[in-house]
Amino acid sequence: MTKFTSRTGLSRRTLLKGAASTAITAGATTLGAPMLWAQNIKDITIRQFGTGVSNLNEVATQVKEDLGFTLEMTALDTDSVTQRAATQPNSFDIADIEYFICKKVWAAGNLQAMDTSKLANYDKIVGIFRDGKLTPESTIAQGTAPHTVGFTSGQNGTDFVQEESGWMTLIPTIYNADTLGIRPDLIGRPINNWSELLNPEFKGKASILDISSIGIMDMAMVVESMGEYTYPDKGNMTKEEIDMTIGIFTEAKNNGQFRAFWKSFDESVNLMASGEVVIQSMWSPAITAVKSQGIPCVYQPLKEGYRSWGGGLGISAALSGIELDAAYEYINWYLSGWVGGFLMKQGYYSAVPETSKAFMSENEWGFWFEGKEATGDIASPFGDKLAGAGEVRDGGSFNDRMGAVACWNSVMDENQYMVRKWNEFIAA
Amino acid sequence: MKKLLENRNLSGWLMVSPLAVVLLVFLLMPIILIVIVSFWRATEFSIIPAFEFDNYEFLFGSSVTYKVFYNTFKYALITWAFTLVIGFTVAYYLAFHIRSLTWQVALFLVCTIPFLTSNIIRMISWIPFLGRNGIANTTLMSWGVIDEPLEWLLFSDFSVILAFVHLYTLFMVVPIFNTMMRIDKSLIEAARDAGANGAQILWNVIIPLTKPGIMIGTIFVVTLVMGDFITVRFMSGSQSANVGRLISNDIALLQYPSASATAIVLLASVLITIGILLRFVDIRKEL
Repeated sequence: MTKFTSRTGLSRRTLLKGAASTAITAGATTLGAPMLWAQNIKDITIRQFGTGVSNLNEVATQVKEDLGFTLEMTALDTDSVTQRAATQPNSFDIADIEYFICKKVWAAGNLQAMDTSKLANYDKIVGIFRDGKLTPESTIAQGTAPHTVGFTSGQNGTDFVQEESGWMTLIPTIYNADTLGIRPDLIGRPINNWSELLNPEFKGKASILDISSIGIMDMAMVVESMGEYTYPDKGNMTKEEIDMTIGIFTEAKNNGQFRAFWKSFDESVNLMASGEVVIQSMWSPAITAVKSQGIPCVYQPLKEGYRSWGGGLGISAALSGIELDAAYEYINWYLSGWVGGFLMKQGYYSAVPETSKAFMSENEWGFWFEGKEATGDIASPFGDKLAGAGEVRDGGSFNDRMGAVACWNSVMDENQYMVRKWNEFIAA
Repeated sequence: MKKLLENRNLSGWLMVSPLAVVLLVFLLMPIILIVIVSFWRATEFSIIPAFEFDNYEFLFGSSVTYKVFYNTFKYALITWAFTLVIGFTVAYYLAFHIRSLTWQVALFLVCTIPFLTSNIIRMISWIPFLGRNGIANTTLMSWGVIDEPLEWLLFSDFSVILAFVHLYTLFMVVPIFNTMMRIDKSLIEAARDAGANGAQILWNVIIPLTKPGIMIGTIFVVTLVMGDFITVRFMSGSQSANVGRLISNDIALLQYPSASATAIVLLASVLITIGILLRFVDIRKEL
């Protein structure tokens, strides 16, 4: 797990004391005199935590270079992230969380709303995070669509509002469309439907992730694809629907369909790379990681569409003064392109794609965003070759992929019941 | 004042008080807290003080609970049997077959070498070894013993118990070796003089005298296995559950009250198990 802990000599606490006196000199204005600002910001440490997806050391290094302050990052698994955001508000300054987690933890009041007028690139953020529509004609997918939990009524709002209120709960940073990962070399035939996950052909060679809120959505995609049932809303199931869905999977589990379940990113990579599993729910960078070991692995687009997720940065309610300014500074920097390019080169999407374009070569932009054939080698930001000339991204262009989202990761009204049922599924 | 200090009762109390305070603060208080929380109510992101039996009701009302407890005891029992046989054999060899004390100590230290690495690493290194394309399967296939890779080697009860035995055998070796070293050798000579053969000596002299060691080892192994969750998660590929995993899942999902209730039930069952074990041997008398 990545953990970035390089520090400047001053600790955050001693700094606070020093900063307090400076802050008095600077007065109550949020922006102090530029001189003071430039001196102090170097000593600031912003503590961020989130899933391994976007908590990468490279980002922290670049922050130090571009902005001057220290970003301390902790990568955790999805459940721990939720837990920390909800229960330990003093342990972080910036929470890098998913929108469905936001739905869970926002009401706890540990995060503060962000003023969109302070965001330079707010107008360029893609529609998915504003009115929910990728293009004016798109329909909004099922589940916790980001825009439904993206805005609140005011700075201290604990509710969600459905219009662009000027106060965002999370600043969208990263998102993607997920599907099943397969080993084409070990399967040897086309895979087109989610239902293949439970195909007896792959008995003992399938896997699903053991994170209830995400796993249940993958299950629902499979159940719908099998023609067993069509959900009115996959993102908000009734108890009966939960029972039915988990029932189908429990039966499959007892028949030995699954080799293992995975909880962390690395586990999914190992399962796939070692050939223990040939078809499983997977995340995009895990595919990249398998591929970079020279093992063929495809992020298979499926007929029923994608299960999508989005993440963003939230600011701790405890943050104020110069540190709050640093946090805004950081968020503006996040949307200004460098991180976007860095993430897009790994297969994610940036919330403000146009700013990222400047940080990608034409070939990379064409391959990752426009779904064009690569004109030369495509390498990950870490230098591993991911595709050669002539290859096309699995699933095609941004609009093809994000336009085919069938549901968003979500939290259901019956979440507690679902969680208990999920526990039973694991123990069954 | 002087009189006060001479009071034997008081000095006795004063002498136990440091230990008592430590136990009170670090053992008793947390347990009491867990008991209290187990009656609380939880929503998705908050826990609400209350006094209700919902958590226990759900726990005892779910068939999964029984299944999981059965699993926990099953793992404990099987692991215990294996660690006992292996641990006893190793200790016996060290105590009675190695003549010089130097070698005994040296070989005993050799036994502990694997423990210089973290137990997570020792556990995880089994995964590539036992996998479908792992060393075990490829070796067996190249010898022609099997044609198809053995699927049950990894992510099964077999791999879970294998890891447990590997991790915890030393906890059996140490106390058994310790008690064996303290057996008076003249007792064995006397038995031999009285005409007992090797098996009889083992059964009638050594085993009864080693009982306290066996019992201490048993308590170690049983409590460790029953309280474990990470080994079960990794070695079963998340496919089996024991009580520890149930608790860790609950905690991950912020269901602290439900986790506390499960923890209390687990604590009670472990205490009962140890209580029953102690009926067989009076450790204090025999130490």
